[in-house]
Amino acid sequence: MTVLEQTPGRDESGARPTPPTAGWRPRTDPAPLLPDETPFRLLGTGARLDKRRKELWRELYRGLVHGRRYNRQATALTRQGRLAVYPSSTGQEGCEVAAALALAEQDWLFPSYRDTLAVVARGVDPVEALTLLRGDWHTGYDPRATRVAPLSTPLATQLPHAVGLAHAARLRGDDVVALAMVGDGGTSEGDFHEALNFAAVWQAPVVFLVQNNGFAISVPLAKQTAAPSIAHKAVGYGVAGRLVDGNDAPAVHQVLGEAVARARAGAGPTLVEALTYRIEAHTNADDATRYRSEEEVAPWLAHDPVALLEAELRQRRLLTDTEAEQIAHEAETMAADLRARMNTDPVLDPEELFAHVYAEPTPQLREQAVLLRGELAADADADAHAEPEPTGGVARETRRAPGSDDHPGDRRQDHQERAA
Amino acid sequence: MTTATSTPARSAPPAGAVPTSMAQAINRALRDSMAEDDTVHVLGEDVGALGGVFRVTDGLTAEFGEERCTDTPLAEAGILGTAAGMAMYGLRPVVEMQFDAFAYPAFEQLVSHVARMRNRTRGSLPMPLTIRIPYGGGIGGVEHHSDSSEAYYMATPGLHVVTPATVADAYGMLRSAIASDDPVLFLEPKRLYWTKETLDLAAPPEAEPLGRAVVRRPGTAATLITYGPSLPVCLEAAEAARDEGWELEVLDLRTLVPFDDETICAAVRRTGRAVVVHEATGFAGPGAEIAARVTERCFHHLRAPVLRVTGFDIPYPPPMLEKHHLPSVDRVLDAVARLQWESEYTEGGVS
Repeated sequence: MTVLEQTPGRDESGARPTPPTAGWRPRTDPAPLLPDETPFRLLGTGARLDKRRKELWRELYRGLVHGRRYNRQATALTRQGRLAVYPSSTGQEGCEVAAALALAEQDWLFPSYRDTLAVVARGVDPVEALTLLRGDWHTGYDPRATRVAPLSTPLATQLPHAVGLAHAARLRGDDVVALAMVGDGGTSEGDFHEALNFAAVWQAPVVFLVQNNGFAISVPLAKQTAAPSIAHKAVGYGVAGRLVDGNDAPAVHQVLGEAVARARAGAGPTLVEALTYRIEAHTNADDATRYRSEEEVAPWLAHDPVALLEAELRQRRLLTDTEAEQIAHEAETMAADLRARMNTDPVLDPEELFAHVYAEPTPQLREQAVLLRGELAADADADAHAEPEPTGGVARETRRAPGSDDHPGDRRQDHQERAA
Repeated sequence: MTTATSTPARSAPPAGAVPTSMAQAINRALRDSMAEDDTVHVLGEDVGALGGVFRVTDGLTAEFGEERCTDTPLAEAGILGTAAGMAMYGLRPVVEMQFDAFAYPAFEQLVSHVARMRNRTRGSLPMPLTIRIPYGGGIGGVEHHSDSSEAYYMATPGLHVVTPATVADAYGMLRSAIASDDPVLFLEPKRLYWTKETLDLAAPPEAEPLGRAVVRRPGTAATLITYGPSLPVCLEAAEAARDEGWELEVLDLRTLVPFDDETICAAVRRTGRAVVVHEATGFAGPGAEIAARVTERCFHHLRAPVLRVTGFDIPYPPPMLEKHHLPSVDRVLDAVARLQWESEYTEGGVS
């Protein structure tokens, strides 16, 4: 029974006793948790820059140019059949790069499927970051070594992982912050709610970055939530909400940096909503003209994260033509290298299918591996004797499924030994 | 309430042995694992001050502190999702799902992440976590408190699915589950929580390796293949069958994944007849897989089709009707009677 359900009694004089709810106050003051009225910006505000920040802005610019080029190259690779699919973050490079740069070496990044760029900006090999989308395995990089969790396709499910990892690190006394990325659509998922709630109750050192890019595939934000803003949702959990212009990379970096510092200092989680826009369709398989107009996209094209930062750097005389050309040239080299490496066929080992299901393959998986090995051997044999397509003979004999044989004799004995 | 029906694995109980319930044995396994390894953390709803709704985590918070045995917010996906994150950092979380049917919100985390994290990361991120779930009926529970959900978990590659039926196994198998580097679904037959065996908790049994079935009662006429809450039913049926002239073998699977084909097939080849008994619904249930595997592997040894005695294909019934749903001794004996014994006599064979 909750406090509110208690029935107030009457004392003998007939006067009402003070109800237990009389002195009720919010458990914490919600005001400091509320996001600002307007998104935080740095570009165009005349902010003073010390030497370190000047260097940071130039580093962000370099990351943005590389990121834009990476997105363009990856999209081209889908057209050439080298990638199964690519959810581009074109237009969102400011968030992607700033997120990666806001973290220290020992921190962890928890990306969603649209955040390949953040993974690369964090330092993961550009080809390994595309393994999922190329399709030769699920996660191509080593999450433990890189401290980058797998790109998460199930929406928002990576958020509780970030909370748990950050919580575990804190319990072990380690200085580790987790930064988890999710889109506006993902904030409708239950795991978003549960992650924020757990993070707040545990005061876990975690930062949630929501890239509000306007669309969940085709569904606009208005059909996703009626909240004043996504950043406002933080207040309900006792979490600080911040709102930032997601196409202002220095601003995103500053807000995330403050949130990471807060988490590191033990002051708990932050929810950051970055306002941005998905310039491309959801993926190369999507057709954005079915649900939005060119008029809607135009102002966002003019509010481009790369162009905005470049203009400001040039205005502040922090970027020369030569430097800009140099960075563009580096990006071209990166793209050419990516192209060349992606144009070679990946080496596949079908038997690896069974290698990582359990610490040790089960007897059943060992049997199935034998079946597959037989098929592979038969295929290799057929290739060796190229001429007509083999329809039986050796292949058929080899393809007898282990485990399906109960005939007395050697075969069963074989099977028992394999299963043992 | 169910009484002790089976004997512990070790025949001569050492001095200091006392009657111990399955709930106490699980509690002791948690304590011993936590004391031995400071990366073991217990998480769940009401596992702290209350000690869990079945008191299985009683005293753990007092002994190890709130950071080792933690009352979480009431959200199963959040519990399992954060536990997965803790496992990514190298901890060994032991999650308690309060009841079988309360575990469903965690299903996506289980299937999409916990079960396949090792696979999708080529072994970089193993998931050494244990998910304890009290399951099954027979305790008069109202709606959503008596499900047998094991078929869902068995159909999910990457998980181990185990279920003890004896007090000694509850201790030994939980110790192994927590020590495992893979995720283990540890299904606790809740109607056996108060079953007692004589165990010496000062010198508890060793960890029981996962993956092996055991013969609980030797027999020659037919093999009853069962697990968890149905083991006592089968042992009782085997006792009753003796009056009918059948010596029934009773096999306790203990581990559903990975399946112990070797022990099960050896048993069925000995007897030539098998009945699978479980509470879970029959259609596409665990028994379907077991019957198929036995038939594929032992066809020429079988003298009758493998039969199944299972719960009906209905949502778990209200408590006042559950006795009609649960496999009973009579229903098991009826199935045994349908194992084509007449062919023995026409063929002149002897079982």
